[in-house]
Amino acid sequence: MSTPKIRIRGLKKSFGEKIVLDGVDLDVMAGTGLVVIGGSGTGKSVLIRSILGLVTPDAGVIEIDGEDVLRAPARRARELRAQIGMLFQNGALFDSLPVWENVAFGLLAERRVARRDARAKAIEVLAQVGLAESVAGLSPSELSGGMQKRVALARAIASAPAIMFFDEPTTGLDPIMGAVIDGLIVDCVKRLGSTSIAITHDMASAQRIGDMAAMLYNGRVEWSGPAPSLLTETNPVVAQFTHGRAEGPIKMALRK
Amino acid sequence: MNFILGVIAAIGAACLGVVALLGELVIFAVAGISHIFRPPFYPRLVGRSLMEIGFFSLPVVALTALFTGMVLALQSYTGFSRFNAESAIASVVVLSVTRELGPVLAGLMVSGRAGAAMAAELGTMRVTDQIDALSTLSTSPMKYLVTPRLLAGVIALPLLVAVADILGVMGGFIVATWKLGFNPNVYLISTFANLRAGDVVSGLIKAAVFGFIIALMGCFNGYRSKGGAEGVGAATTAAVVSASILILALDYILTQILFVK
Repeated sequence: MSTPKIRIRGLKKSFGEKIVLDGVDLDVMAGTGLVVIGGSGTGKSVLIRSILGLVTPDAGVIEIDGEDVLRAPARRARELRAQIGMLFQNGALFDSLPVWENVAFGLLAERRVARRDARAKAIEVLAQVGLAESVAGLSPSELSGGMQKRVALARAIASAPAIMFFDEPTTGLDPIMGAVIDGLIVDCVKRLGSTSIAITHDMASAQRIGDMAAMLYNGRVEWSGPAPSLLTETNPVVAQFTHGRAEGPIKMALRK
Repeated sequence: MNFILGVIAAIGAACLGVVALLGELVIFAVAGISHIFRPPFYPRLVGRSLMEIGFFSLPVVALTALFTGMVLALQSYTGFSRFNAESAIASVVVLSVTRELGPVLAGLMVSGRAGAAMAAELGTMRVTDQIDALSTLSTSPMKYLVTPRLLAGVIALPLLVAVADILGVMGGFIVATWKLGFNPNVYLISTFANLRAGDVVSGLIKAAVFGFIIALMGCFNGYRSKGGAEGVGAATTAAVVSASILILALDYILTQILFVK
């Protein structure tokens, strides 16, 4: 059996007394898209932030291409994480830079393109997410929410990353724009042949962009399986969450 | 007994909190400084920060220095005339401005203007994930956001204080000659007769230290802010208050080191 692109074992993270991750185990095979679902505060964002190195886990193993990034020398860990492109929930575009510099930021930081060529490269990537050249010189604050998400997606794919993370990519968008962003995500991931992890509360989005799905509950992976079977899954926790029922084990857990 | 133990525990916890905060601040400062010497370098960002801290603070610093020099001449005249010591006004104005008032007032004004802006900008970047985004784009946030501002603070403040020194002395000159009837030539001769290069240089050294403190407190408080708009507001307030207090405290220490024999 081949080595997973991302392998997580026994990942634990607490903030003070609050246990957020309590031994998460996950495998993401190369070229597949994993969707992570779960209620608010169940540690979905902490999970991908731990992989990115933005949060330091208390215990566990995070392997990328078979190498443990938590125990690798700092430089090697940076190299492993440099192959990850990230789309943040709110876009996280740099207000002080025009759109094209946002898109080309990673390329310029890695010295992959000269500054004079960066704008042309950024316009090329913007076209891939359906944005016109006229957008390149605008400030992020001049764009609509949907356009900001597209620019953020363009920034995430500009370096052609081998791994992509999407943190609630359709949050705050209308259903049509959400579907458009999902379509762009699927196109980009397929074109680049990337491995992806997406966090979402949107079941329609989860089924569009995920090959596999996993549900976090009480700090652990409650269920994992094919994303298309999410809505037909009989696990009571998954079924309650995916169908948005008020009654069920999740509510009972909250009452404790 | 329990009450006394509770009070001691609270004092101990507060002391530990202060020590932990100081430790964080020192680590933050060392990290920021260490990036000055390690590539990649961001000269464009240093230039942008120099404009923000230096050029755009020039009007407020210039006006503060000018009016301070004017008030100083007027107040000195009121006091010194009681002892027939009016001739000392020029010396008092130039020494007060170059040694003390120029660096301190410029520091306080820049702290209120540029220090607050730094904390608000970095705080907003923190709560909107922009700082995390930098990390995911192969860029060290410390190197990209903090180091250029620290460098710009150290460079810009002495330049601002040099301007403040000139305008402060000019303010005193204007009031002394136009309002108090001093002879312009005598006033200028008296001004430069008692001024030593060390007075100006020491003031500029103070300014460089204050510039570093303003940038450090602005970046430190903004960088670690959390909790949305309220957190950014708290970080901005903390940046200005802490920088202002540190400027005044360090002013005493630097005066002790630089001037007292």
